[in-house]
Amino acid sequence: MAEIVLDAVTKRFPDGALAVSEVDVAIDDGEFVILVGPSGCGKSTTLNMIAGLEDITSGELRIGGERVNERAPKDRDIAMVFQSYALYPHMTVRENMAFPLKLSKVDRATIAAKVDEAATVLDLTQHLDRRPANLSGGQRQRVAMGRAIVRSPSAFLMDEPLSNLDAKLRVQMRTEVSRIQKRLATTTVYVTHDQTEAMTLGDRVVVMRGGVVQQVGAPQHLYDHPANLFVAGFIGSPSMNFMPGTLAEGALQTALGRVSLPDRIRSALESAGAPSEVIVGLRPEHFEDVALVEESKRAAGTTFPAQAEVLESMGSDKYVYFSLSGDRASSTELEELAADAGTAELPSGGNQLTTRLSAASTAAEGEKIDIWFDAAQVQVFDPSSGRNLTA
Amino acid sequence: MAVVATPGRKAGWSLLNLLVIVYALIPVLWIASLSFKPTSSVTDGNFIPRELTLDNYAGIFATSQFTRALINSIGIAIIATALAVTIGTMAAYAIARLNFPGKKLLIGVSLMIAMFPQISLVSPLFEIERAVGLFDTWPGLILPYITFSLPLAIYTLSAFFREIPWELEKAAKMDGATPAQAFRSVIVPLAAPGVVTSAILVFIFCWNDFLFAISLTSTEASRTVPAAISNFTGSSQFEEPTGSIAAAAMVITIPIILFVLFFQRRIVAGLTSGAVKG
Repeated sequence: MAEIVLDAVTKRFPDGALAVSEVDVAIDDGEFVILVGPSGCGKSTTLNMIAGLEDITSGELRIGGERVNERAPKDRDIAMVFQSYALYPHMTVRENMAFPLKLSKVDRATIAAKVDEAATVLDLTQHLDRRPANLSGGQRQRVAMGRAIVRSPSAFLMDEPLSNLDAKLRVQMRTEVSRIQKRLATTTVYVTHDQTEAMTLGDRVVVMRGGVVQQVGAPQHLYDHPANLFVAGFIGSPSMNFMPGTLAEGALQTALGRVSLPDRIRSALESAGAPSEVIVGLRPEHFEDVALVEESKRAAGTTFPAQAEVLESMGSDKYVYFSLSGDRASSTELEELAADAGTAELPSGGNQLTTRLSAASTAAEGEKIDIWFDAAQVQVFDPSSGRNLTA
Repeated sequence: MAVVATPGRKAGWSLLNLLVIVYALIPVLWIASLSFKPTSSVTDGNFIPRELTLDNYAGIFATSQFTRALINSIGIAIIATALAVTIGTMAAYAIARLNFPGKKLLIGVSLMIAMFPQISLVSPLFEIERAVGLFDTWPGLILPYITFSLPLAIYTLSAFFREIPWELEKAAKMDGATPAQAFRSVIVPLAAPGVVTSAILVFIFCWNDFLFAISLTSTEASRTVPAAISNFTGSSQFEEPTGSIAAAAMVITIPIILFVLFFQRRIVAGLTSGAVKG
């Protein structure tokens, strides 16, 4: 049990590339913290520095209050689960799980008891004498977890542990990981590029981009109050809609029409010194079929007519996609996100409006429909810095 | 491009395989045939001996000339193999995994040793070994054998080490292993097929060497079998020792076959499967 503190931790590779820049995060004892970001954002490097597999160029790493920069991984009392599982193929499941205990010279009876206990927790008891090659992906993943938990370390580090599993198993193991972490109450740092995992698993989420921490906070806070365009676009699935907008006289001119802003947003924009050209962000669930919105609420939002291009009925909701007229919102953050998601090359990429309507909506593909959105939910971003002006 | 296995194609390949096998095995069978012929019928030209005798085998084991050479050969080859593979394993690991100054130079030098014509080194080695007192001793042969087989061992082994996922080592580190422990209990067991393969190659090189054996030995103290066979004499000065040579050749083939058979079982493909996803 220990808290992990990263104090201006920086990693610069010998070739001069700056992988991680001055990361300041304090992880409490027993907390489950997620490092999330697109590939190459420095999240794995950060994890490896905590593990001791990478040297720290500058800054200080403290585990349980003690500086551990110079300590070898084995002296940091932490366990790690690798993306590839990294099981020892020449050892049985039992030997794999016993390996860390054997190295720390625990006596045989204790090893056997601890391995059996971990195997019970992970439902691996009947596989103890098999080798990794004969196990399924999910079983291997559990063995990797088992190897980490047997020696009751003060912290777990997990490097995209679920990304090699198929979709269904991943959801199942996600719950499992969460359950084990709660049960053991061990400080955990978990790296993923999957924002769904980040949202569902963590007590707190650290969003990284290009080696720099963008925002740290509880998943819901990041979702509701993203600090900048990058976080806004990265967190949430389907992701937030962005479009260019012009601010004039307390109202916002966008491709969806003129939006008169509520007082709260207007004063926030004023105090933030918003420029006249901005980027507007709206989450898909803040749209609704106007027919389903109560009369009294309609005035608080904006209604616009649009032609439904694609409709996906999920049963509980309907996802309706529209084409936006006018320019698409452009900023380096959004381009980076699109490149990471692989949507940059799509012809419609970025200039499409995604909405989530109630299942009761009568929207149909190819037909015109009036869509309403809540003006209070509008997020306004500075296009040059990407900063959220409404948060 | 899919190759269809038609009956005609199959037959063609079978014929080709058969030809290669016959081509490779006829000389061996010939030597075997000669080794069972009595001296009088060695030159009769029959592939299958008319009468069989074990006199040639009895003859070579009757004196210490051959038996002592056999002991030398086995001892020298085993010691040289063990040392070369041990040193080679560590060197190959360093080359495959670590970045150190002079790494390129080391690879270059070891490649150069492998390419160097050994005959050009025999005279200097002879002089050096005589000067330092290694001439006609076991170490006098073991040292050059290690030198010339190391490049081979390093090359074979570093290829194997590169195949082992690096994450296994990281995992071992995280599990609390020192680099030495990680090497011993994770890396070496996984590289076992490579270690065995290079051991076989090095052993065959040492076992078959004739050049150093004939140049750097002079008595039974260290003369190995290939050198000893060349010193065989007939029972009279007018008689060729063909039968004895054939018998000795058969005898020294046996350890190689045993060695390969013994280790072949350990060269299991796919030992590393299941370490990482895939």
